[in-house]
Amino acid sequence: MTTRGTGPADSLEPSPGRGSKMLGGQAVLVSSVSTILFFAVIALVAVLAPGSEIVAERFFDPFHLKQSLLGTESEPSVAGAFLLNVYIFTISEVLILILALIIAVVRGIPGPVFFPFRMVAIAYTDLFRGIPLILVLYIIGFGVPGLGLAGVSYLSDVTYGIIALVLVYSAYVAEVYRAGIESVHVSQNAAARSLGLSRWQSLRFVVLPQAVRRVIPPLLNDFIGLQKDTALVSVLGSIEAVRAAQIYGASQFNYASYVVAALLFVLITIPLARLTDRLIARDKRRRQAGAVA
Amino acid sequence: MRGGEARGEAPALVLEGVHKSFGEEEVLKGIDLIVEPHEVVCLIGASGSGKSTLLKCVNLTEPVDSGRIVVDGEEITAPGVNVNRVRQKIGIVFQAFNLFPHMTVIQNITLAPREVLKKSRKEAEGRALELLERFGLLDKRDEYPDRLSGGQQQRVAIVRALAMRPSVMLLDEVTSALDPELVAEVLGVIRELAGEGMTMLIATHEMGFARDIASRVCFLDEGRILEQGPPEKIFSSPENPRTRRFLQRIIAAGRL
Ligand SMILES: Nc1ncnc2c1ncn2[C@@H]1O[C@H](COP(=O)(O)OP(=O)(O)O)[C@@H](O)[C@H]1O
Ligand SMILES: [Mg+2]
Repeated sequence: MTTRGTGPADSLEPSPGRGSKMLGGQAVLVSSVSTILFFAVIALVAVLAPGSEIVAERFFDPFHLKQSLLGTESEPSVAGAFLLNVYIFTISEVLILILALIIAVVRGIPGPVFFPFRMVAIAYTDLFRGIPLILVLYIIGFGVPGLGLAGVSYLSDVTYGIIALVLVYSAYVAEVYRAGIESVHVSQNAAARSLGLSRWQSLRFVVLPQAVRRVIPPLLNDFIGLQKDTALVSVLGSIEAVRAAQIYGASQFNYASYVVAALLFVLITIPLARLTDRLIARDKRRRQAGAVA
Repeated sequence: MRGGEARGEAPALVLEGVHKSFGEEEVLKGIDLIVEPHEVVCLIGASGSGKSTLLKCVNLTEPVDSGRIVVDGEEITAPGVNVNRVRQKIGIVFQAFNLFPHMTVIQNITLAPREVLKKSRKEAEGRALELLERFGLLDKRDEYPDRLSGGQQQRVAIVRALAMRPSVMLLDEVTSALDPELVAEVLGVIRELAGEGMTMLIATHEMGFARDIASRVCFLDEGRILEQGPPEKIFSSPENPRTRRFLQRIIAAGRL
């Protein structure tokens, strides 16, 4: 008869230890052995491969790993340059969250008066999802300064980079928000409006909070992409981690700097990736709990 | 009949020649209905006869095509009427509860009083707690809706509507989504509201309840009110043959 919420409250709890049951004593042993074997085979292949010595020297030389990380008199530190990536990423993320939300909301405003606004929002997402990021970077980073306009033509390379990232990523994130908004059942809005809340109040207090909660995992996923794409800002001349690694590699004829840069990117991606996994798992548990009830 | 005592007061709700179509299909074909203050009017009729649509029109969820609706002396179907202000005076509760799942019970109840009526948090919560206590839900104040039974959720939905101090309550089959054993607790709440003199317009399939609580029963059939009168009369000696047939089917189904 009823589809939700009528079961006893305790049936909503996920049964404890459902996950740990799968990894009992024997399972832990099996998974450990298989992990060790797996990596042993990979290591063996790497060591036995022809040219593996050259690989070790060019990519994993401890001296160069350390020196590129910290920098020299003439070469920038990859770690120091990476702080620029973190800076670009952090500023962009905040701006994207705001701009994308505005675009998603504008796209959903009904009524003929708002038709032109909706058109602009649609055109925006179509445009910026279609153009490769690197092209947007060139157009903004080299094109806008060329216009010689007061105010917008004399900004720093990093600022142009941030603008390009925000423009492109907001188009994607706006679509993520929109999917979230549309996943909130119309009856929620109807209930809010029937209490006398305005359309805007209903959006703000009832629809958006539910929508945003649902799209946090895909949102974090987009931000993992953004973290990596901060490297592309180097095409405008900013010395971020990848550019710094390039400089080091070119002058020292050693690629350990690339490995260092790669590790730094992975290092900041892992926490976000694990957080995304956890949130997805939590959502899944909730949905299953809901289905049980 | 309680409604008859309200001499001199303006009717709580008046519908005059209300028509409503969805595309080609005319769902309401000229509804005339007057609800006096403190009256409890039950709408009965087959599924698809237009009960929900009628309530939605009164709540302005659906615009009427023609006709007038007057609430507390104010025509709400007039052009330029502030829809949000009108809805504050009309509480509506749906079959599917529609509580806000991301808010606790107390947040569900105080949202509209705080944001629409601009009440202080303290004032809004005071009123909410008073209502929760009255309907035996005080211990649920900080629960999220998915932790409540269907009956509790529907009672919270009723409290949420009441918190706006509406002058009329519209209830649309509020027990239809509930397991049978949970129906009584919700009907109990409605009965209590009726006892306090709340004006209500109730669409229901619960004929026993309608007979019990209604000051007047209206039989709706294909978008028209075919017959109305005190429940004793409608349920024991209906005049219209279609009303008779409808009630016979209900009795045959064991629902009266
Ligand atoms: N939003 C809508 N769009 C189109 N048709 C609708 C809509 N709402 C209701 N109807 C139609 O109007 C008729 C009356 O429906 P309703 O008012 O829900 O009846 P009841 O509540 O008495 O079962 C039905 O035939 C239904 O299909
Ligand atoms: Mg209905």
